[in-house]
Amino acid sequence: MKLRRTLAVARKETLHVLRDPRALGISIALPLLLLLLFGYALTLDVDHVPLLVWDQSNTPQSRELVSRFAGSRYFDVEPGVSGYGAIDRALLRRTTTTLALVIPADYARWLDSGRSAAVQLIADGSDANTASIAMGYAETVVQGFSQQLRLTFAQRAMGRTVEPPLEVRARVWFNTEMESKNFIVPGLIAVIMMLIAALLTSLTVSREWETGTMEQLIATPVKGSELVIGKLAPYFAVGMLDMVLSVSAGRFLFGVPLRGSVFLVFVMAAIYLLGALSLGMLISILAKNQLLANQVAVTATFLPAYLLSGFMFDISNMPKALQLVTYLVPARYCIFLLRSLYLKGVGPSMLWSEGVFLLAFAALMLGLCLILFQKKLA
Amino acid sequence: MWERLRHMLRKEFIQILRDPRMRAVIIVVPIVQVLIFGYAVTTDVRNIHTAVYDLDNTPQSRDLIDRFVGSGYFQVVAWIHSEAQVRDALDRGTAKAVLRLNRGFGDAIAAGRRAPLQILLDGTDSNTASLVLKYAAQITADYDERVLTKEVLLRTGQPPPPPPVVLSERAWFNPNLESRDYFVPGVIALLVMVVSILLSSMAIVREKEIGTIEQIMVTPMGRLEFILGKTIPFALIGFLDVLLISLVAVFWFHVPIHGNPLLLFSCTGLFLMSTLGVGLFISTVSRTQQQAMMTAFFFMQPAILLSGFIYPIANMPVVVQWFTYLNPLRYFLVIIRGVFLKGVGIPVLWPQMAALALLGTALLLLASSRFRKTLA
Repeated sequence: MKLRRTLAVARKETLHVLRDPRALGISIALPLLLLLLFGYALTLDVDHVPLLVWDQSNTPQSRELVSRFAGSRYFDVEPGVSGYGAIDRALLRRTTTTLALVIPADYARWLDSGRSAAVQLIADGSDANTASIAMGYAETVVQGFSQQLRLTFAQRAMGRTVEPPLEVRARVWFNTEMESKNFIVPGLIAVIMMLIAALLTSLTVSREWETGTMEQLIATPVKGSELVIGKLAPYFAVGMLDMVLSVSAGRFLFGVPLRGSVFLVFVMAAIYLLGALSLGMLISILAKNQLLANQVAVTATFLPAYLLSGFMFDISNMPKALQLVTYLVPARYCIFLLRSLYLKGVGPSMLWSEGVFLLAFAALMLGLCLILFQKKLA
Repeated sequence: MWERLRHMLRKEFIQILRDPRMRAVIIVVPIVQVLIFGYAVTTDVRNIHTAVYDLDNTPQSRDLIDRFVGSGYFQVVAWIHSEAQVRDALDRGTAKAVLRLNRGFGDAIAAGRRAPLQILLDGTDSNTASLVLKYAAQITADYDERVLTKEVLLRTGQPPPPPPVVLSERAWFNPNLESRDYFVPGVIALLVMVVSILLSSMAIVREKEIGTIEQIMVTPMGRLEFILGKTIPFALIGFLDVLLISLVAVFWFHVPIHGNPLLLFSCTGLFLMSTLGVGLFISTVSRTQQQAMMTAFFFMQPAILLSGFIYPIANMPVVVQWFTYLNPLRYFLVIIRGVFLKGVGIPVLWPQMAALALLGTALLLLASSRFRKTLA
């Protein structure tokens, strides 16, 4: 392997990147767009859920319950619904998750006579996540209301003030304000790197085969290893540029704290990026067809990085078999490393096993590229 | 015209399906995706890894811990015995929450005094952390109620009345609140979009990139035949994906389909007008497949994220919500979920269908008018 020939390939590939300003522009704009969307627009937090109220009791007691809902920031009360038919029509037509509260006519009478008054809550369960979170809020409202009534009763019965026996003291570590962007941004960086790596490299070799320029390359004295390294170099530069942009955006745009070592963040990202780029190139080498390479790359790199890495969906909730699969997803390790470095500020002693995995992954992918590419050239 | 179109289609199908790996990809990729979504995408939080630091170790403290475990939300992964271990468990991420009960907890409860329960949380994942707090609040409220009931019984000799207000909950359209039933049908829209935009734009640009488009231009083939020849195969693959994923959804994941599947197919046609329009448009502005792919991704990423597929539109800032009205995926998702879960038909879904028809016509007209110029 000669440095001069490797540099020549790198120069050719760099020209390729620079002559296509759109591809370069997108590989810089797409990460920023994703950061902006996740930072400002996308959230699974639920608030202002429309709550239709059918108050058949219409007494001071029932209105007090409704005012509890109106006072909660999670609900927007829409009174004046009457009948299950009206609720059904509303829930069928609406595309946002909507709840309905049905207070029976006997509500006040039951409450005053010391019996349990049953109140019905109906939810459009289509979006199960939003619905169950909203129903949880409704439970909390009713539970709080009910507990207050009970405490009043217990106080009357025992003739003294009564406090709940448990005194819960919760302390949140690492992300004290529980800001979701502090959690999303470090994870998103790993997902973005995987996406960009797949987009950049998955077509680079298959393109040469498809357009016939590979034969010209074969005719030159360039070796397989020089071609692989030379082709990876400019994309590595673009990926690291994205990394710098993403980390800066996280710091200056979203104010995400970076408590650990910045140096370590970039070292880990570089190792991860090398593995991701090599995986994309490996797919490209094997596919020889751009359409195919692209489909495989998206399925093998981006989707797992997004769905099986713990980025949005907690791995411990997945079926056991799928949990085992996630151990093969490099993004899982990168996300763990980035979140630990960003929010927990821990040092290398806590992180070395994940770091070793990323290193092994990068070495394996790069090694496979070198071996398989030589064979194809022969 | 039909004769030429027939030959063009034959050529296209041979080209797409010649490579056995491509045939596999067309079938395997959708199935892998629907399986991943079906199994991985759940935002329910259960089995929260919890470490317990029980300094008290009395029947009362163990009872409270049992209530946390019995709720199904908390899974004890470690019993720890020192402050340093608390720090370590949270730092390493082996536990997301630590329950700490101080010495004297049991005595305080038995004597009717307030007893502190400390919950230390890893706030890294703020969503999970706030759910943990909510679950813990429910469990402790329940515990309070039980202790108070006992106390009232002890002091007054009478059991206290039942809870004043009880909530009976019902979720319509998805009674078991399965997030899978919501996400799996949505994958249909996702795949139809990816196949029709990405594959069609790349297939057209491929002819430009490797130069075969000049050969096509010297044939008597007209513009319309070329466009149809390049889009019909991907439309058919799109329909195949709808069928495939619906079958996996219904027979593997047991997602109910309450509405009319034929309505789903006809709306797929409406949706394909928009996506093939976008695909054609991208092909007119791209010279290489790499450009086409990057441009397609630049369109599809925000389209997927701003469609309500995972993140509800109602949660987005109002300005962003306006943008989503231009997103065909938004309407198709409402239709798919309406047909699968709510069993509604044209009387409810016509606004979405009209929006798709309108967007589709506009996009197709725009793309084919540009197409004329680039082919000429």
